[in-house]
Amino acid sequence: MSDQAAVEFQNVSRVFSMQHGSEAGAVKAVDNISLQIRDGEFFSLLGPSGSGKTTCLRMIAGFDRPTSGRILLGGKDVSDLPPYERDVNTVFQDYALFPHLTVGDNIAYGLMIKKTPKAERRKRVDEMLELVQLAGFADRKPAQLSGGQRQRVALARALINHPKVLLLDEPLGALDLKLRQQMQVELKAIQQRVGITFIFVTHDQEEALTMSDRIAVFSQGKIEQVGAPAEIYEHPATAFVAGFVGVSNLVSGEVAKRITGSEAMFSVRPEKIHLGATGGEDMFTANGKVRDVIYLGLYTRYLVELDGGGDLVVVEQNLKTTSMDVVKIKGQPVILSWKKEHIRKVGG
Amino acid sequence: MFQRISTYLYLRPRLSLALLLLPPLVWFLVVYIGSLLSMLVNSFFYLDGFTGQVVRQFTLDTYAKLFIPTNVQILSRTLFMALAVTLGCIVLAFPLSYYMARIASPRMKTFLYLAVTLPLWSSYVVRVYSWKLILAQEGIISWFARLLHLDGVLNWYLSSPLLGGPSLGISLTGVFLVFVYIWLPYMILPIQTALERVPKSLIEASSDLGASPAQTFRNVILPLAFPGVVAGSIFTFSLTLGDFIVPSLFGNSSFFIGKAVLTYQGTSGNIPLAAAFTMGPIVIMIVYLLIARRLGAFDAL
Repeated sequence: MSDQAAVEFQNVSRVFSMQHGSEAGAVKAVDNISLQIRDGEFFSLLGPSGSGKTTCLRMIAGFDRPTSGRILLGGKDVSDLPPYERDVNTVFQDYALFPHLTVGDNIAYGLMIKKTPKAERRKRVDEMLELVQLAGFADRKPAQLSGGQRQRVALARALINHPKVLLLDEPLGALDLKLRQQMQVELKAIQQRVGITFIFVTHDQEEALTMSDRIAVFSQGKIEQVGAPAEIYEHPATAFVAGFVGVSNLVSGEVAKRITGSEAMFSVRPEKIHLGATGGEDMFTANGKVRDVIYLGLYTRYLVELDGGGDLVVVEQNLKTTSMDVVKIKGQPVILSWKKEHIRKVGG
Repeated sequence: MFQRISTYLYLRPRLSLALLLLPPLVWFLVVYIGSLLSMLVNSFFYLDGFTGQVVRQFTLDTYAKLFIPTNVQILSRTLFMALAVTLGCIVLAFPLSYYMARIASPRMKTFLYLAVTLPLWSSYVVRVYSWKLILAQEGIISWFARLLHLDGVLNWYLSSPLLGGPSLGISLTGVFLVFVYIWLPYMILPIQTALERVPKSLIEASSDLGASPAQTFRNVILPLAFPGVVAGSIFTFSLTLGDFIVPSLFGNSSFFIGKAVLTYQGTSGNIPLAAAFTMGPIVIMIVYLLIARRLGAFDAL
């Protein structure tokens, strides 16, 4: 890894002018973002739809251009370069495989454009097919492949050019859960093998936490927090991050004062809360009533209504309890307790 | 009552299908295929030159007549005209279709869509006659040429033996222009549909992989629009092959297939030769479609 950032955003904004009939207005899709993505890093842009993460990715690829600010690739300003002059490649959400070309020709497309000799093209396509575990599929058409296979072809087609940065736009979104989890592991392994910077757009926080070295959490065109997965999860910087990444209980005002002695808003993760009193100086306790119980096999999710208002979600593993046991608790008053160190003060 | 019929049919999907397809099948088999077959049969009869009667006896003589020099000339002239018209239509239609499918705003697209199809609402003959005014000796084009002091160029062009004539209104050039005009919508619409079906992400992917706009056009857009071009050219090609009105109104004395068929059948009652002539376009179209399939035009269908 060098010190040079692979990708850098310098005060980048992107404003879309909208025209709906007679109404005209402007939408700030990306609002003055500055960001550095390190060389060789698996970096995720995480956020709900419309938060600006995809627009950021498209601006790195060159499909979209910043309204203001600069984008640097490897230290070079590329803000005004068309996509075909940028050393980045993209795996598209819908894979965007060329339907009229075979799998082999799809993967070789970039090399064909660069006029690489046929023999070398063939060799490198075979290497790529090997890498994505599709050896022997070169002569099929994309329409004959399953979703997961198409996804691998799209990956191979982008990686064959050895780009400095690989952009992935929610590439696992269309796959079913099992396949998605399998591909998460595989993607990460491939990234480590090829050593290319991956920039991964997703709205799935679990996916981001599983694969990333670092994550940028987006909301309404701005970055809320940048950090390693553990950091984002354990130390959410804002209420939005706390709520978006994992399930978080947010408590503020009068109820917060009753528990911590301060009205400031804090968050606490459901898995940190214990059902029942646990004494000790380092513990917070709260009283409430179990309003709902959802048995989920491995664990049970309780919804507890706090005295004084507000709900807390509590998750406990079913280490000793069965479905029969947990349901009985519904409607009962309970004491909740958790370690003081597990709360996070969060800003607005 | 209706409900009982519905239930009865719902439980018998084959019967419903049969009822659904019966009318079109009858029409297709009897009227469409039937008339084609009777034409095919007629083309193997011959006309007794002495009595002027059609002799219903199998012979290949009529087809042999197709290959006398005059008739070969008619066939090849029509074929070249159809090819030229098709090419002309492709050249004019492609940019407009591209604009409609990929660039124009929804409102502009609706407007252009109407503009392209609107002429089809009015009578073909009326529109063709309006071109008489445009191309005539004292028509709009020659008036405009005089205005620009280009009448010398026009006259020089008209003096060329093959494409020229007394005026644009009576020349092969005139026939070509009017054909391109009337068949153009049939080329624009299929190309536009094909281009519209190309996802934007494919074009972005191509550019992402290093292809310049020209390379993207050649490697992605053109191959994917090709089925539309073939569909459009099937229309322009076959419509030109069979048309007799435009050549009779704008042509010089040279015959086209449609005009020949009309003359043989209508004037001289030589139905076998007319039928044999008509087999010409059919064979040409079959060959054309086979070539198109070879080139992969139907792969994406």
